[in-house]
Amino acid sequence: MLETPEISTPLDAEHARTLRAGTKVLVSGRVYGARDAAHRRIVDLLDAGEPAPFPLDGSIIYYVGPAPAKEGHMIGPAGPTTSGRMDTLTLPLLERGLRGMIGKGYRSPDVRAALCRYGAVYFAAIGGAAALLARHIVAKRVVAFADLGSEAIFEFTFDRFPVVVANDASGGEAYVRLPD
Amino acid sequence: MPYDDRGAQIRMTTSADSTVNGRSVSRDVDVALLSDAVERALRAAASRLPPDYLGALADASHRESSPLAIDIIGTLLDNAAYAEHEQIATCQDTGMAMLFLEIGQDVHLTGGNVVDALNDGVRRAYRDLRKSIVGDPLLRKNTGDNSPANLHFDIVPGNAIRIQGLMKGFGAEMMSRLVLLPPAAGIGGVKDFIVDVVGRAGPNACPPLIVGVGIGGSFDSVGLLAKRALLRPLGSVNPLPHVASLESELIATINALGIGPQGLGGVTTALGVHVEVGATHIAAIPVAVNLNCSAPRRFTVEL
Repeated sequence: MLETPEISTPLDAEHARTLRAGTKVLVSGRVYGARDAAHRRIVDLLDAGEPAPFPLDGSIIYYVGPAPAKEGHMIGPAGPTTSGRMDTLTLPLLERGLRGMIGKGYRSPDVRAALCRYGAVYFAAIGGAAALLARHIVAKRVVAFADLGSEAIFEFTFDRFPVVVANDASGGEAYVRLPD
Repeated sequence: MPYDDRGAQIRMTTSADSTVNGRSVSRDVDVALLSDAVERALRAAASRLPPDYLGALADASHRESSPLAIDIIGTLLDNAAYAEHEQIATCQDTGMAMLFLEIGQDVHLTGGNVVDALNDGVRRAYRDLRKSIVGDPLLRKNTGDNSPANLHFDIVPGNAIRIQGLMKGFGAEMMSRLVLLPPAAGIGGVKDFIVDVVGRAGPNACPPLIVGVGIGGSFDSVGLLAKRALLRPLGSVNPLPHVASLESELIATINALGIGPQGLGGVTTALGVHVEVGATHIAAIPVAVNLNCSAPRRFTVEL
């Protein structure tokens, strides 16, 4: 049996620093959905001295572009997309208090170092389990960039959404890495 | 084709394969029949993963000792059952539609343009699915209906039509690679390249994977060989003995990497390695590795 601690947002740095790579965690509370195009726009806003469209401090971002919802469903299948595409656009967000990211796949050395510097965590969700993962999302609304469709920024409410700590704030990593 | 596809299979009642004095009779087929068949097959494949894949996944669970690996495989199996029951997509990335048509040379397609008809079927199938296609790779404007599909046509003997399809997610597509090795690299160089591609993909391609490998041909055709290898059901073996032994050696080496389900460790990095070979030039060994993810949506339709 896997032990599965539960966390909820907002997440503070002290709590984030206690989470260890390889641990399965259930996430509840407000989580923001954003992927490629939304990241570009957030960083453009920050560069222009504008605020982000949602409070970054203590926040968790889920890299996702949900499928359309079937009639009677609140949200369509919503699994993680590849996180590495967001690497360069993630650093300015971590600087401003982003505490967690949920996605799949390796992160860059810069992102992993920033997790240690700021006390943040990168979580892996199961790619290919999108139908089941969507059952742990109990509310959603678009908070910005509605013109981007499935790439808009969403505010989700998570209920015990299952993830695994892939990279922790002490340099630990659960992903297997082969020597070059 | 030597493989019996046990994936989502739909047979249509038509008069295909009727013969007179051992010769097939020419047959008119309205392209609207192709649109309808493609629409139905794509809709079904989006929410129903092939039984050979689900069987292989369940078997893999018994070989894992890591609680996390067992938990992940269990979640993937639960997800497949839930998606099929609810008739919703197993994965939000329902991919790019890739259709491989074998059209009997005695078939006469009527009622319109076959390419338009196939894309029409794709548009209708994706009405309730995510639209993931941009019309131009640089301008990147979404076409809004998931068309166009990636189409491949083969002319074959007879008067039947067979359509095989993949709904190919791009997490795994992005980690696929192609190389033209010098013949001096030998079989060792070929194996090293294939294993290296899987190793570098790590968690990004959403393992457990199906590894499609093409060896031979040319720059363009080797990628197609690798893609066609993904049409084979798990458990199938290449009929050429030397290729079959390469497949079994590669699956053992790849699973010994320890990448495991979702890259979080374990002995199930791939559920199958399918290798297809073709004639090539004296100067090269083209090798392509096309990865398929933990949502390998696939179908066959016969008309």
